Amino acid sequence: MKQFLEGAVAIARTVAMCKPAVIAAYPITPQTHIVEELANLIAAKKLNAEFVNVESEHSAASCVLGASAAGVRVYSSTSSQGLLLMAEVLFNIAGMRLPVVMCCVNRAVSAPINIWNDQQDIVTVRDAGIILLFAEDIQEACDLHIQAFKIAEDKDIMLPVIVNIDGFILSHGFEPVEFPAQDLVDKFVSNYEAPYKLDVDNPMTFGPLSGPEYYLETRYAMQKTMENEVMKKIQAVADDFTKNFGRKSFGFIEKYKTDDAETIFVSMGSICGTIKESVDDLRNQGEKVGLVRVITYRPFPSKILVNSLNNAKKICVIDKSISLGLNGILFTEISAAFYSNNNGKNFPKISGYVSGLGGRDVSKEEIIDIFKQNKDVETEFLGVNKENIGSYI
Amino acid sequence: MFAKIITKPGTALNNKTGSWRTGKKPKFLHKNCTGCRSCYLLCPEGCISGSKKSYDTDYEYCKGCGICVKVCPVKDIEMIDE
Amino acid sequence: MKEVIIFARAGQGAITTAQVLGSAIIKSNMYAYAFPHFGAARMGAPMNAFLRYDEKPIRLRSQIRMANYSIIVDETLFNLRDPLEQIKSGGVAIINSAKNFVSDKDRKVFSIPATKISEETVGKPMANTVLLGAFSFLTKEVSLERLNEAMSERFKGKNVELNIRLAKAGYDFASKFGS
Repeated sequence: MKQFLEGAVAIARTVAMCKPAVIAAYPITPQTHIVEELANLIAAKKLNAEFVNVESEHSAASCVLGASAAGVRVYSSTSSQGLLLMAEVLFNIAGMRLPVVMCCVNRAVSAPINIWNDQQDIVTVRDAGIILLFAEDIQEACDLHIQAFKIAEDKDIMLPVIVNIDGFILSHGFEPVEFPAQDLVDKFVSNYEAPYKLDVDNPMTFGPLSGPEYYLETRYAMQKTMENEVMKKIQAVADDFTKNFGRKSFGFIEKYKTDDAETIFVSMGSICGTIKESVDDLRNQGEKVGLVRVITYRPFPSKILVNSLNNAKKICVIDKSISLGLNGILFTEISAAFYSNNNGKNFPKISGYVSGLGGRDVSKEEIIDIFKQNKDVETEFLGVNKENIGSYI
Repeated sequence: MFAKIITKPGTALNNKTGSWRTGKKPKFLHKNCTGCRSCYLLCPEGCISGSKKSYDTDYEYCKGCGICVKVCPVKDIEMIDE
Repeated sequence: MKEVIIFARAGQGAITTAQVLGSAIIKSNMYAYAFPHFGAARMGAPMNAFLRYDEKPIRLRSQIRMANYSIIVDETLFNLRDPLEQIKSGGVAIINSAKNFVSDKDRKVFSIPATKISEETVGKPMANTVLLGAFSFLTKEVSLERLNEAMSERFKGKNVELNIRLAKAGYDFASKFGS
């Protein structure tokens, strides 16, 4: 039966079904409700896990690092400044090849302080060696969490996974959610057997000094794992999920009405729902428009994206983050993907738009406007209010 | 180019917190006041002022929390409907 | 697709109201998406809860600017921006107020003294449920039975019965306006 649940609560209950043994987190808006519900479930003895109250996100990440190194399934969640405070430890988790699963409830980064949604927080740690997945709706956020444990803990992968959901829009929004049967989840995400762990009978060191003779190979191995094993596994796990749970999971990307599309939008996260509505409106007006939604952002599915976008005349990339001094981040990466994967052919014009920063509302009309104006731009901000610009005071 | 990143001092005055009240406000009766100044000291908004045995709140800023009513030892303040 | 805006202050239970209404609506094979919008993140600050519902899954994530229905939990919000400006033509507004508001040919406005009804019925100011009961009668979008089912799931213990009584009281009060 479908329940009308808050995103954060639905995610927490899904995580509980995956039975992590240790959860450590520090509360930060808009992530708080996830760990609050997990703490509730533990207190009510519905989840047998150790909840470690820590004094910062740096400690939360360190705690799950340690627990994961000790060989158990772990979970954490954070947002914005919290993720940035974790940044150092996230590189450690990935470098030590520990399958930590987290949820980043995407929120803007200070200053000025802003608690609302954009995706600037997660893209700042995209280079750490973490598998990054983006959900469009609450059900998908839950489904991706189940898959995240299976991907991270695969013996050939052993890398952290962060599932991203848009702050407030999904974390504090309510939608009908369906939970799978516990035995289905148990079968899909089997008990975690660590291939290596801290063990007094068989002592090991994690993350020791690694000089110039060794360090480079640790990065090489992570890159090859991303390119090969993770690329294979993500689609396989998504297909397996679809088969077992009877609900479509796409894997790398979702193509929406792209078959004959001349203009294709590209974006990730919950804004894709609004874009789909805009696509439908434009289709009703006879325009050949579609959307490619990026679900797996790391490893970046360059070839898959190029293949699905190659027949369009125009691509409009909508970013909820920006590398200040360059462009929207997805725009840069899609452009790079075309440059290295198009086999010398002409490729579609690519325009980049930056939208929704700091929780700015993005309407269907604004998306339709992007299509109608048909500009060739690299970094066009949507909805800039000129009155807010000028003096610093 | 700059966007507004610094605010001027004194802008809290522009934030008329009186708009936060939801239906009730304190009324100072001026009958039994002993001038103990408990209301003045404990008002979280700092919007009660007066002297000797006569105090009042500034409704532009009073949030209607009712702490003054609670702390008045001689029940000289009461909550009334707006 | 229908859209509802609940105007309230943070702490007045607008999110719970949207949740109850949404979960009552999805019981009739509908889809819904409820979400809050906060200005300042503090108690007492004006905020909105939004609810969209339809026979198809809801994909639109933008805020609701113009609603089919609105529930105004706190009448003092009229001192800020007039919530009635955000109702579509043909829409219905339900206001927690004892004052008379004027309907026009474009939109119907109903006053329900919900706080008073609640205090008289259960001795506590639980206005939102009274307003939901009135919503059920005035819009016919959701039945009282579905609301009661949703509240039985959402609340615990004595509060279930209190809320069911309040919804009925709101429904009965609104039925004086005739259908």
